[in-house]
Amino acid sequence: MASSMCRGIIGKGRRAAALGRSMSTASWWGHVEPAAKDPILGVTEAFLADPSPDKVNVGVGAYRDDNGKPVVLECVREAEKRIAGNLNMEYLPMGGSIKMIEESLKLAYGDDSELIKDKRIAAVQALSGTGACRLFADFQKRFLPDSQIYIPIPTWANHHNIWRDAHVPQRTFHYYHPETKGLDFAALMDDIKNAPNGSFFLLHACAHNPTGVDPSEDQWREISYQFKVKNHFPFFDMAYQGFASGDPERDAKAIRIFLEDGHMIGCAQSFAKNMGLYGQRAGCLSILCENEIQAVAVKSQLQQIARPMYSNPPVHGALLVSVILSDPVLKSLWLEEVKGMANRIIGMRNALRKNIENLGSNLSWEHITNQIGMFCYSGLKPEQVDRLTNDFHIYMTRNGRISMAGVTTGNVGYLANAIHEVSKAT
Amino acid sequence: MEDANVSHPSPSANRRLSNLAHHLTGHSPAMASENRSSALSPSPTAASYGAAASVFAGILQAPEDPILGVTVAYNKDPSPVKVNLGVGAYRTEEGKPLVLNVVRKAEQLLVNDPVRVKEYLPITGLADFNKLSAKLIFGADSPAIRENRVATVQCLSGTGSLRVGGEFLARHYHERTIYIPQPTWGNHPKIFTLAGLAVKYYRYYDPATRGLNFHGLLEDLSSAPTGAIVLLHACAHNPTGVDPTLEQWEQIRLLMRSKELLPFFDSAYQGFASGSLDADAQSVRIFVADGGECLTAQSYAKNMGLYGERVGALSIVCKSSDVAARVESQLKHVIRPMYSNPPIHGASIVATILKNSEMYNEWTAELKMMADRIISMRKQLFDALHERGTPGDWSHIIKQIGMFTFTGLNREQVAFMTKEFHIYMTSDGRISMAGLSSKTVPHLSDAIHAAVTRIN
Repeated sequence: MASSMCRGIIGKGRRAAALGRSMSTASWWGHVEPAAKDPILGVTEAFLADPSPDKVNVGVGAYRDDNGKPVVLECVREAEKRIAGNLNMEYLPMGGSIKMIEESLKLAYGDDSELIKDKRIAAVQALSGTGACRLFADFQKRFLPDSQIYIPIPTWANHHNIWRDAHVPQRTFHYYHPETKGLDFAALMDDIKNAPNGSFFLLHACAHNPTGVDPSEDQWREISYQFKVKNHFPFFDMAYQGFASGDPERDAKAIRIFLEDGHMIGCAQSFAKNMGLYGQRAGCLSILCENEIQAVAVKSQLQQIARPMYSNPPVHGALLVSVILSDPVLKSLWLEEVKGMANRIIGMRNALRKNIENLGSNLSWEHITNQIGMFCYSGLKPEQVDRLTNDFHIYMTRNGRISMAGVTTGNVGYLANAIHEVSKAT
Repeated sequence: MEDANVSHPSPSANRRLSNLAHHLTGHSPAMASENRSSALSPSPTAASYGAAASVFAGILQAPEDPILGVTVAYNKDPSPVKVNLGVGAYRTEEGKPLVLNVVRKAEQLLVNDPVRVKEYLPITGLADFNKLSAKLIFGADSPAIRENRVATVQCLSGTGSLRVGGEFLARHYHERTIYIPQPTWGNHPKIFTLAGLAVKYYRYYDPATRGLNFHGLLEDLSSAPTGAIVLLHACAHNPTGVDPTLEQWEQIRLLMRSKELLPFFDSAYQGFASGSLDADAQSVRIFVADGGECLTAQSYAKNMGLYGERVGALSIVCKSSDVAARVESQLKHVIRPMYSNPPIHGASIVATILKNSEMYNEWTAELKMMADRIISMRKQLFDALHERGTPGDWSHIIKQIGMFTFTGLNREQVAFMTKEFHIYMTSDGRISMAGLSSKTVPHLSDAIHAAVTRIN
């Protein structure tokens, strides 16, 4: 009664709130559109909902063993036991765990790196690779507001989101060559030459996501040389160190070439895949500076970006990384396990290619074994991918990217057959 | 309270920074000398500069964070009588950090579970954790929860929840101004500014009474534009420890609803203020009970002692479940380009405890014990100052609530206490009661007494 009087007087349902009960039925968020589903994570959702016993998930890039099961590395289990119940859970400094950062830098820059000894690297613990890229993008925007970022075609979809949310304008550069299913080196070099001097480039250090196509060592040297000529800034996203070849030192080769050539690189590192720490969000952002004073200044500014985002990074994953990498026994165990994961994937690449070829396909499938890392860019078109899903219950992203980690000796034959079926008509 | 001023530098500011940096960095052997001037230019399109030069050469070192910087300074001090009353992290009577027994138990369960893996959480975080967190703050019987009107996402503690909420508002809400209390936690203005909101202040603390400036608060909120966002500390206001009474909360609610002001609660101390989880959630619950919308940021840093694990949740209470679903989908778009998905460990511990009634009860008992110790420290400090005949009215020490006391000491007095007595606290006069023990109360009261009598 009182509320309807109120409505009459004030004229709007909302105002009736003045009487103590909110009578308004309208929401502040009524206009909010449902957001598009994440293309990658949406694949797993669809897979989980499928009741078919034959279903195969070659969507998201999380490692699976030959039984299709997720894996917790032995070195991680051991590290978990050591840290449980022992330490307090106090805040880390804004820049994160010093120990973890030290170990991360050794991995990326080399155990005996002079750059580390000279304290020239500004580095902070970050929320896995995503967090490292985002911190860098925000930092780039704050201190070089006129700069933009060149991103390869194609790339991990979230790269575009990250730099967009950081308000850094994006350009693209040629990378993947659909005809050869390899690197479009000529076009890539052209783009590097044609970009304005001092442009920022996002480079995948190894095991390019989603294509699995990496430049050869010689090609990396040429790219580095051209970067010097143009004074471009190289930002490396290294999410698969160790996962590509099985050898972390070898997988860091591109970075080491650029360092030898004197580039002041930036680098995002992730321990999600190579240590299987996915949900712990363990990573590191580093920026090479001219000297220690500069590195201290840059680090302090990176912290200023982290503080209003999450204050300080999570301690658990950092402890795991530190414990594993600083204990020689655990570190060797880790190196073995990483090699094991990489080898299984290489084995599955060989098996998949062989199986398809044995079915009599007259298309070329050598890209399956030429490409490296977790992903294979199959060359299948979206319509073909849809057929794989609808007819064969095989789940992957519509760009034709296959997560080789989801391939097992148990499903490789089925997968090969399905791929042959949908591709032979072409 | 000063915050580091980080605006986007203008071109002339860039040049000034470059010149300053030139003096700071001196002659680096790595710099190509012939290109030195352009090497310091932050413009990426400047004509070729030395191969060894950094594009970030002009960057100055940022000042220490005012709060976290206190601990940095404390750690450097070799004095055996030093006391750290800076960061709001709980300490035992022995001055040690505390991991709750129930947390240790939960961790052991997790470690010993052979089935458990460490895959990515969904973007919105651990589902169990989200549901349980909403129940914790809104009440198990909350109609908003029953009607499925709450969108809850796991975030990185209170900071992360505030930032994600702020970014969501900047993108989807029609009003881009947030009103925050004067004073407030030092990180609040930065969080909301970077999220894309304009920050304004409403009066809150009255230095004369060392209590709430209720009249000023009501005036300022009355003159806020319709629909503005208002940040409210759910309980145990940081840094002052001054909370509205329930009657005052009710008046605030009426005023805010009549002006369609959007409440954004920061709940960092639920259970820590009074010792009762339900009592400390009353402010939030009266707003939800009236059927209106609001945002709530929750932190488990203090009340579960999970500080470094970065566990928190953002809840947006909506008018309908359909709206809540759409809101959740948009929150994912804020989170994915920031860190993809939240850390699993801390949230797993919280979920383990909250879903097990025995562990839940253990937790509430340990929480009450922490809150009681702080209340007893307040009493002891008050009595000690009274004993010394320290001039002034110190009753605010026992009237204020939660982890902090806003002493009313000024910058000079604080600096004096740090220099002469090795007391570490923020320059606004805030002390963390959690950092006090029966052993250190005498030393602190000596310091306060000296500061008040010698410095004015």
